[in-house]
Amino acid sequence: MMPALLSDKMITLDAEALGRLMPMFMICDEVGHIAALGSTLMKVLGGQAVLGAPFTDHFVLRVAQAEEGDAEPPDHVIGVQRRLHLVLRAFPDIALRGSSVDLGAGSVLINLTFGIHLAEAVRAFGLTETDFAASDMAIELLYMAEANVAVLGELNALTGRLEMARRTAEAQALSDPLTGVANRRGLDQAIETELTAQVQGGSAFAVAHLDLDYFKQVNDTMGHAAGDHVLMMVAQRLMRELRRGDVVARTGGDEFLLLLRGGTNEEALRRLGERLIHRLEQPYIFEGKSCKISASIGIAISQTVDESTNLMQETQRLMEAADRALYVAKRGGRGRCAMAADAPTR
Amino acid sequence: MYGLINKSVQSFLRDNYGSALWARVARRAGIGIEGFEAMLRYEDTLTDNLITAACEALDRPRNSVLEDIGAHLVTFDTVRRLLRFSGVDYGEFLFSLDELQDRGRMALGDLELPSLILARQYGGRFLFEVRGTICGWGAVTAGLLRAMADDYGALALIEDLGPIADGAELVQVLLLDTEFNTDRGFALAAPRHGTHV
Repeated sequence: MMPALLSDKMITLDAEALGRLMPMFMICDEVGHIAALGSTLMKVLGGQAVLGAPFTDHFVLRVAQAEEGDAEPPDHVIGVQRRLHLVLRAFPDIALRGSSVDLGAGSVLINLTFGIHLAEAVRAFGLTETDFAASDMAIELLYMAEANVAVLGELNALTGRLEMARRTAEAQALSDPLTGVANRRGLDQAIETELTAQVQGGSAFAVAHLDLDYFKQVNDTMGHAAGDHVLMMVAQRLMRELRRGDVVARTGGDEFLLLLRGGTNEEALRRLGERLIHRLEQPYIFEGKSCKISASIGIAISQTVDESTNLMQETQRLMEAADRALYVAKRGGRGRCAMAADAPTR
Repeated sequence: MYGLINKSVQSFLRDNYGSALWARVARRAGIGIEGFEAMLRYEDTLTDNLITAACEALDRPRNSVLEDIGAHLVTFDTVRRLLRFSGVDYGEFLFSLDELQDRGRMALGDLELPSLILARQYGGRFLFEVRGTICGWGAVTAGLLRAMADDYGALALIEDLGPIADGAELVQVLLLDTEFNTDRGFALAAPRHGTHV
């Protein structure tokens, strides 16, 4: 007998020929038992022994239920589905999709595919290229999935590198290259963040404007290298004296701005300013030679702000107030600290 | 979590309420105004802060904002199309939602979409259990399912029933008519000039 016959517009195929075209076919008989299987589905279900077993031993059929309480839908429902969804009892994570035709006398022919769970199924059942029909797109799908993972991996790595570069560039744009502390832009950003926090219920804070005294002499008598060394040491001493959350910024040749988060008590701030000056007055050693400088400080405290406050204007106001206080400190003789409250308003 | 998810919240706010509102929300949530990069990963808590800030700024309850975010996702043609691959009609789409998480992973191996389980179904009543990394995916799902019903031209009543004991959130769909309105249409072949999220 021929494996396949065409007569009177009817096609007759034996199970082997059918299996070559559709290695995932299954025929269920009139009582819902598995009567025949394609080679791949046989492999998935565990071999010859499965023949004759009830279909429901191996599959959970997921179909629309008409009434509440239809726990297990009857097997004959298979015959009328345009699209079948089956879940493997032994592998609940692997669902199969397929369609079915009625073979008459209660038998049904079903053809299945792994659909979205293809990769898991290939791994779970050790499937090879020969387990799929030549017309099946499974291999291309696996190829696409793997290529996709490879390309995404590369792109993710690239994204990571670009993000690192962006952060580095941002840090550089916000810091002073000589001393490593913040620059003016960095400080402005820190103040804006602080004001924003204050709008949302954060505490008030202070800004100090610090100007070095007698620094020009160091530059003039000992050279620029010594001047640079002193500036680096000043930045270090300030960092060490201040709290972790405070911000030190170098905003000009020998000018520093400080963002002070440790409270707004005037007396405490004045004492802090004096302590900083005292610390900066300690001698600096450069190439065996010692030099001394001093500093003047003006301090201003942030005002109450709310949602309607223009944060840029408030930043500006704070800076000007600290500036005026610094002027007062300088005029009173050098090496002093003054509060904005000491300065006459414009 | 992938920036993709935060970025869709950002787009929702910016597209519907303008850049000024986005700037306000970003400031409240402690995020730079430039927002999120889709392929970078961010802390989960940031997503939560972002949503909380958005609800405060809009002065609307969390669930209603989340539902709108879900519906907004479907306005991106890429997202709409990827969802439409799941079924030829709304009923079939609902039946295939079990696969949503796996489909997401097919696109992006570690994308944290919620898992949707069709817990009960009879007739036109579908009950889904939604489980995600953050609470609120139920509302997002409800909004998305509503927008997809419109897309398919189906008439459906969708309700976010809130969380149950084990942390899952329940979403109920009453499918009344699969062909109530004109289907917006879907062709398997992608349009030549794709749009981006």
